[in-house]
Amino acid sequence: MTTLKVNGHDHEIDADSDTPLLYVLREELRLNAAKFGCGLGQCGACTVMVDGKAVLSCVTPLLLLKGKEVTTLEGLGTIEKPAPIQRAFMEEQAAQCGYCIAGMMMRAQALLQRNPKPTDAQIRGELQTNLCRCGTHMRILRAVHRAARLMDTAELTTSGEGSAQ
Amino acid sequence: MPKPGIVGGVVAAVLIGGAIAAFAVTWRPAIDAIEPPAPQSFDPALVKRGRDLAATGNCSDCHTVPGGKAFAGGLAVPTPFGAIYSSNITPDADTGIGRWSEVAFQRAMRSGVDRAGHHLYPTFPYDHFTNVSDEDDHALYAFLMTRTAVRAAARANDLSFPFNQRFVVAGWKLLFLKGGTYKADGTQSAEWNRGAYLVEGLAHCGACHTPRNVLGAEKASASFSGGDVDNWRAYAINAQSRSPLPWTTDALFHYLRYGWDADHGLARGPMAEVAANLSLVPESDVRAIALYMTSVFGPPTQTRVSEASATRSEIKSSEQPAPADTPGAAIYHAACATCHDSGRPLPYSGINLRLSTALSAPDPRNAANIILSGIRPMSGERSPIMPGFANSMTDDQTAALLTYLRGRFSSQPAWSNAEQIIRDARRAETVSLQNPSAAAPAGPMQRDKP
Amino acid sequence: MNSPVNLDRRQVLAGGGALIVSFSLSDAFAQDHAGAPKPPGSLATSPYLDAWIRIDADGITIFTGKAELGQGFKTAFQQIAAEELDVPFASLKVVTADTLLTADEGYTSGSQSTQYSGTAIQNAAAQVRELLVGEAARRLDLPAETLKTQNGAVIALDGRRLAYADLVADNMLHVEAQPKSKLKNPATYAVMGRPVPRVDIPAKVTGGAAYVQDMRLPGMLHARIVRPPSYGAQLTECDTSAVEKLSGFVKVVRDGNFLAVVAQKEFQAIKAMKALSRAATWKEQPGLPKQDDLLAVLTSLKSNDKIIFQQSDPSATGQRTIEATYTRPYQAHGSIGPSCAIGQFVDGTMTVWTHTQGVYPDREGIAEMLKVPLSSVRLIHVEGSGCYGHNGADDAAADAALIARELPGIPVRVQWMREQEHAWEPFGPAMVTKLKASLNDSGKIVDWNFDVWTNTHSMRPGGAGSMLAAQHMAEPFAVPEPKPLPLPAGGGDRNAIPIYKFPNAKVVHRFIPAMPVRVSAMRALGAYHNVFSIESFMTELAELAGIDPVEFRLNHLEDKRGREVIEKAAKEFGWQKGQKAPPDRGYGFAFARYKSLAAYCAIATEVEVDRETGRARLARAIAAVDSGQVVNPDGLANQIEGAIMQSMSWTLYEAVTFDDTRITSIDWQTYPILRFDAVPDRIDVHIINRPGLPFLGSGETGQGPAAASIANAIANATGKRFRDLPLTKSKIKGAIDA
Repeated sequence: MTTLKVNGHDHEIDADSDTPLLYVLREELRLNAAKFGCGLGQCGACTVMVDGKAVLSCVTPLLLLKGKEVTTLEGLGTIEKPAPIQRAFMEEQAAQCGYCIAGMMMRAQALLQRNPKPTDAQIRGELQTNLCRCGTHMRILRAVHRAARLMDTAELTTSGEGSAQ
Repeated sequence: MPKPGIVGGVVAAVLIGGAIAAFAVTWRPAIDAIEPPAPQSFDPALVKRGRDLAATGNCSDCHTVPGGKAFAGGLAVPTPFGAIYSSNITPDADTGIGRWSEVAFQRAMRSGVDRAGHHLYPTFPYDHFTNVSDEDDHALYAFLMTRTAVRAAARANDLSFPFNQRFVVAGWKLLFLKGGTYKADGTQSAEWNRGAYLVEGLAHCGACHTPRNVLGAEKASASFSGGDVDNWRAYAINAQSRSPLPWTTDALFHYLRYGWDADHGLARGPMAEVAANLSLVPESDVRAIALYMTSVFGPPTQTRVSEASATRSEIKSSEQPAPADTPGAAIYHAACATCHDSGRPLPYSGINLRLSTALSAPDPRNAANIILSGIRPMSGERSPIMPGFANSMTDDQTAALLTYLRGRFSSQPAWSNAEQIIRDARRAETVSLQNPSAAAPAGPMQRDKP
Repeated sequence: MNSPVNLDRRQVLAGGGALIVSFSLSDAFAQDHAGAPKPPGSLATSPYLDAWIRIDADGITIFTGKAELGQGFKTAFQQIAAEELDVPFASLKVVTADTLLTADEGYTSGSQSTQYSGTAIQNAAAQVRELLVGEAARRLDLPAETLKTQNGAVIALDGRRLAYADLVADNMLHVEAQPKSKLKNPATYAVMGRPVPRVDIPAKVTGGAAYVQDMRLPGMLHARIVRPPSYGAQLTECDTSAVEKLSGFVKVVRDGNFLAVVAQKEFQAIKAMKALSRAATWKEQPGLPKQDDLLAVLTSLKSNDKIIFQQSDPSATGQRTIEATYTRPYQAHGSIGPSCAIGQFVDGTMTVWTHTQGVYPDREGIAEMLKVPLSSVRLIHVEGSGCYGHNGADDAAADAALIARELPGIPVRVQWMREQEHAWEPFGPAMVTKLKASLNDSGKIVDWNFDVWTNTHSMRPGGAGSMLAAQHMAEPFAVPEPKPLPLPAGGGDRNAIPIYKFPNAKVVHRFIPAMPVRVSAMRALGAYHNVFSIESFMTELAELAGIDPVEFRLNHLEDKRGREVIEKAAKEFGWQKGQKAPPDRGYGFAFARYKSLAAYCAIATEVEVDRETGRARLARAIAAVDSGQVVNPDGLANQIEGAIMQSMSWTLYEAVTFDDTRITSIDWQTYPILRFDAVPDRIDVHIINRPGLPFLGSGETGQGPAAASIANAIANATGKRFRDLPLTKSKIKGAIDA
């Protein structure tokens, strides 16, 4: 049994220590956002944050995460109380099939937490790790810019705390 | 590397002394500016030859900021004396070399003097380019003068006194610049000589792979014994080589031409761009370089041959996974083995780490760089991808992993300074990890590309 | 017939009283169906109104046999229904493809969903509204024309109000649709034509369960397939003893060359798969063609040749003739989420949750494979990641069914690995086109010849034999004979017949039955390459004629809506005759009407080519599209933007690679697609709305024009013409190197 802190709560995880974080999140904790896209660290669909930094959860085994804090998309906000990044993606309708979007948002969120005023080039550079096959890229870029503006103008937009586990 | 501050004083004294003495000999006049020549005035075949030579010389790597305009300069090259910024070598009339005659260009290549008569810092490796023949300089000139002109003023170098005084360079040249172009060795084949001419000249391999003395010049007695560039270790590529399997001509050719070799892994760090450039030049030139370098490596000693044999057997035996009984072992098995122990062939899988020179190197710098930043995909081209672990591993975890890898996959003694190296690597890589995008300001460490 | 005005809902639903209402609509419905006009869209094959719309105590539910693939259909159909029914958008629920619940609408493909399902829903909703009004009129004893509908109720002039749920009697909607409906006037649209936000996005950006990959059923087990290493490989040895000892191991399923392992947890299943893969020995045989010379391969395979269009006017002759050959490699769907399905076999019924595009045909295949009656198999569509055609989804469903059969009662989740999706999905077929045309003195095309060599572009419906599990079983099902898709839509010959008018023209479809590489439908089918060829060639001809490429196209185009789309795109781009792009940049233009009967799309592009590396980068794309009546303009723009981006990736980067035995492009290293560094500065989509006109399928209309437009822009920038896809940077650099 390992203790893992996810979205602000401690969880007792009953999985082998070499289990990638992706499966811990999806199977043990029943969280949907981080997705299996390749399991090889090539596509970014599994992106989450560990101690506030973007990480590919499919190549991050549980044993690396002792004492660290994992944040998933569910931890940022909910439909009722969306975080700025979630609001921005909804307002820009930045999704087609949507499968890549959670990973994109977590990567962008990590960027914005580190650099609240990124240039367009910096956003593009940051999202290089993430693939989108439907071609929603223009909207994704607009949504990240929008999220930056939302975060900038209002601390009071949302509490930012999700109701995830 | 001795601390620049203290040594600097001594160095300064020597150089100033030498410079005054050498003044009469080394002063150079300005060469008249010319009207920028029309690109159409150059023979396309000559331009193409120049293109190949520029690729061999890896000009684009230093003279282009990542994501910036080709040959427009501005890349910071760190030296122990401060950072020097590469110059704009596009044919722009005001900020580039558009007004340089061919004579002026060749003088820069041969003796490190610009059109106005100022000495160029030997970060521009004219101690190698002095070997380039007249006709190759002629072709290079044609190539550069037909590039797209970019208006980009030179950035001032970050050098402290007295290194920011260019005449100081004159003294350096007196000591270290051997004049004249490459002289063929009659006892060797034409191909060997071609390789030697390229390596000692345009390809300037020694500029990275040879250790430098306190005055920043290559140590002639230690040619190719290894050097440092941008927080990467440029391995020894002579008899001091630590690669688990000795380099053969075929392996060298394959590595330089394609950017990887089954027995040695991928060309990463600053070598990535070198190999990318060498994939474009005539194949015979890459073969020649490989042939010459084989003789530089020299035949492997008996010890190395038997060690290599043992390594090959260990790999073949498809060993059972060792128990994951240390933190480092557990990390390896959980995070690395899926790719590095898959048996899938290179270049699209992890190298079997028994073959990794990085793990046998004197320090873990290169290994730390790769583990932390991974290998980023090239745009629109088949290319290896490795995830970086900077954000998921702490320094302790990285150190534990490196210690394990060193012990399991090399026969060298343990590294003593892994933690410090990792911290340095993280700090250096952090700059490029945070600003991986095209328009970010050039950092000296942004060299793990493409 | 008398009935009380206020009916208790439950009584109504329980069929209390003999409330079989007979009614008449303004257009009497002939009892004799033979020869009667069919109702529109999919109502022709599923004419009962209650197959589409159900009104009950829970509210109003819309049923569509189409699947949400990420194009926003659920939202669009909800808009259509809400508009025609006059109910609030949010009050509707949409149920998608389910063999137990919805109409059989075949595949969600070919950009037909709005045209067929949307049209069906629109007309069904309109007719249901009329029925409700008619019933209200009867009960209120008022003329129907004096009643209006609003917010889910019928309202009389005096204010009396009857909610829909109160009006409906249980079988009232079980009537066949009329051929004509009283559709709303587009000028009064409240929700159709509006950019209503998609109903599925909120869950997708907050971690809600949205995909088949997110389903977690009680007691569910995890399975992984061990696929053969290549086509036709035979499993010769498989010692499962080591695998059986692994933690969480449940079962190995082996049936001939079909090999799978089931475990308790997902990561345990992955480890077991790896161990099982190591324990399996296969006998392979080379059988793949020369990847580097597909032109020769395709043109030398036996083909069934058919002239699909011919026109002759001997008086029109031309003096200047050019020819060109264009090639396309095999290309992959490359879905971001590898295919997944869950099968559960309970009480003699096999249920599969799957992201197949066609629950009905896939169900037939699975029933055939399992040798069970059709009625004992149920397929329910649950969203997967974008499929862009026939990817591994159908196969994953068959895999799940085959395994679930061995574990009765237990839901079994099969998840393909990335490498499996890349290696085993049916690819978009390689194609060769040869064009030849002649110009007269005034620069008009007088003679046009077009030959296309291609495999089939659809192996569906194909029964069991089109699915890997059935092909690999010990008693395998044979791969069905490939057949060309019939025109006018076509398959490999989709858009082969040009929309332009030429006095002499001949179009030949050379259909190649042999399929050394597994192929099937990929977004736009043959239209991608055919339009790439035609529109590249049109610009080449324009250059020969010395006429501006946009003007040249207009000179040969009579279709009025096509002309408007071309003019719109050119205008919005700032296209000028005799224009010259900045150094290292070029401008391109292309146009097509998808399938010659669906949406029109014209795209003008600006491309930048880096001389030093040969890399082409799309800087700007300006598109104009005419889709008939627009349902959701934002959804439409999203699809066109996506089509441009995806087509750009295919066009600049993509080719499936293989040696003589195995597919070697098996992940994102070896099959790179576009990343953010290639995203253009700007994409604008200008929609020409046609209120009241039929919906035209738009999901695939952008692929062909985007490819040709980019190719034309590269030619404009470099002075060199590239005809062999993909237009990689090494090809471009090799050509522009002096």
